[in-house]
Amino acid sequence: MTLHRAESTDRDGYVPSARRLERERFKRARTRRATAVAAISTLVTAAVLYVVVVNSPGWQRTRETFFDPAFAAKAFPDVMRGLWLNLRLLVVCGASVLVLGMLLAVARTLRGPAFFPLRALATAYTDFFRGLPLIINLLIVVFGVPALRLTGVTTEPVILGGVALTLTYSAYVAEVFRAGIESVHPSQRAAARSLGLSHRKTLRYVVLPQAVRRVVPPLLNDLVSLQKDTGLVSIAGAVDAVYAAQIIASRDFNYTPYIVAGLVFVALTIPMTRFTDWVTARMDRQRAQGGTV
Amino acid sequence: MTTSDADPVLRLQSVRKTYGKGGGTVVLRDVDLDVAPHTVTALIGASGSGKSTLLRCVNLLEEIDDGAILLDGVDITDPRTDPDQVRRRIGVVFQAYNLFPHMSVLDNVTLAPRRVHGVGRAEAEGRARELLERLGLGKKADEYPDRLSGGQQQRAAIVRALAVRPRLLLLDEITAALDPELVGEVLSVVRDLKDEGMTMVLATHEMGFAREVADQVCFLDAGVVLERGTPAEVFGAPQQERTQQFLSRIVEAGRL
Repeated sequence: MTLHRAESTDRDGYVPSARRLERERFKRARTRRATAVAAISTLVTAAVLYVVVVNSPGWQRTRETFFDPAFAAKAFPDVMRGLWLNLRLLVVCGASVLVLGMLLAVARTLRGPAFFPLRALATAYTDFFRGLPLIINLLIVVFGVPALRLTGVTTEPVILGGVALTLTYSAYVAEVFRAGIESVHPSQRAAARSLGLSHRKTLRYVVLPQAVRRVVPPLLNDLVSLQKDTGLVSIAGAVDAVYAAQIIASRDFNYTPYIVAGLVFVALTIPMTRFTDWVTARMDRQRAQGGTV
Repeated sequence: MTTSDADPVLRLQSVRKTYGKGGGTVVLRDVDLDVAPHTVTALIGASGSGKSTLLRCVNLLEEIDDGAILLDGVDITDPRTDPDQVRRRIGVVFQAYNLFPHMSVLDNVTLAPRRVHGVGRAEAEGRARELLERLGLGKKADEYPDRLSGGQQQRAAIVRALAVRPRLLLLDEITAALDPELVGEVLSVVRDLKDEGMTMVLATHEMGFAREVADQVCFLDAGVVLERGTPAEVFGAPQQERTQQFLSRIVEAGRL
């Protein structure tokens, strides 16, 4: 609430009326009441959850196999070493996804009969890879490509896993970019064309700069999603954070390393999510400040 | 092609334009129009009479169904002409300004000179600043469009259209989205352009202004040029009943 404080007098000598003072007292009381209710209900919920979990018949066993501090300490260094792989994968895949996604989106906006095959191919690509479950895509690429025994083609699971991730995510990102391109009002295109700009120059100088700005929040969202999905390359046998945890877990029959790996991923995505929120809020503010388009 | 001052800059010959399948709605029917160099043509008529469509056809944003549009004697509606080449010689100012919100005013103005006409940055910016200065926007060159008032935005849009030294300027109800107080500043710019000899075609609801500034007034009704002549003829002694009706309603509304 950004009301003037009731006691402050404005420059023009305005003195708040009794009605305003009474209303502001009521609003303050209402806010205090709401805060108290929220605090009490949070405490009650937490207490109920705690009692239910701790009193469950298998709690003792669960605590030993999932939440053992000794195993957590033992697994942590290995998991962090594995995480370095996830991070490198994220950077490389993220960059190639953005480039490929943009190319696909632009290919779908091309007009003219000569571009029909390109347009059709881009559409088929996005339809196919958006529908294909990522895990199946990974299995096919990671185990299928080496089975072909092509000379000069890598069998390295990390690289193949990265390729599979890029294939799926570029299809998602292409759709995000396309939505952005279509959200630019046709009058912008008309203005650019009436200045004599060609289709290509209109796209480059007028449409894409506005489109990209608008889709930054959903793009960051996809990047957060990609960040955790890099953990799936573990199925190919690449020693990332998840596989590092799995090695320890299967050796000692203790699942604590999985919890460690999970928490590490969460810790990694939280800053990214907050950053996304911040960017979104900033853009909303800018839009609220003005701008007819 | 040599052009003398006697040849019209723009000539429309029996232009027909329809929308929808099988010509469902006829928007322009058999429209003929000549625009002589250094003259102002005002298109008047009710909303939906075809004024804006006519301007969009001239700028090739719409394709006509029949007839021809000639710019300096060359048929620009021939499918073999390159629309980008034609548009380079025609400036357009839109009702909703259509400035590019992600660029400063200066970048809006220099985009076409630099990217279409290949003018160097320094030269393009020099000329842009000079034009902005002349239209009273010298201090706004580095601002973004959303920091400008409606009148300033529309004047910036006019500068953008002028920056490529067009042969012909099309103005599509450029004051319709403005507060009454801001209309004057935009109209005075148009008046100055006329004095400098710019050839213009404008669609407008500002009858007083059309009467003052136009050399030729065309009254469009349901896609047909019902009446045309000097402002004195069309406003002073309209021949057609529809024109008389239209003008008397305008007078009632206090717009003339």
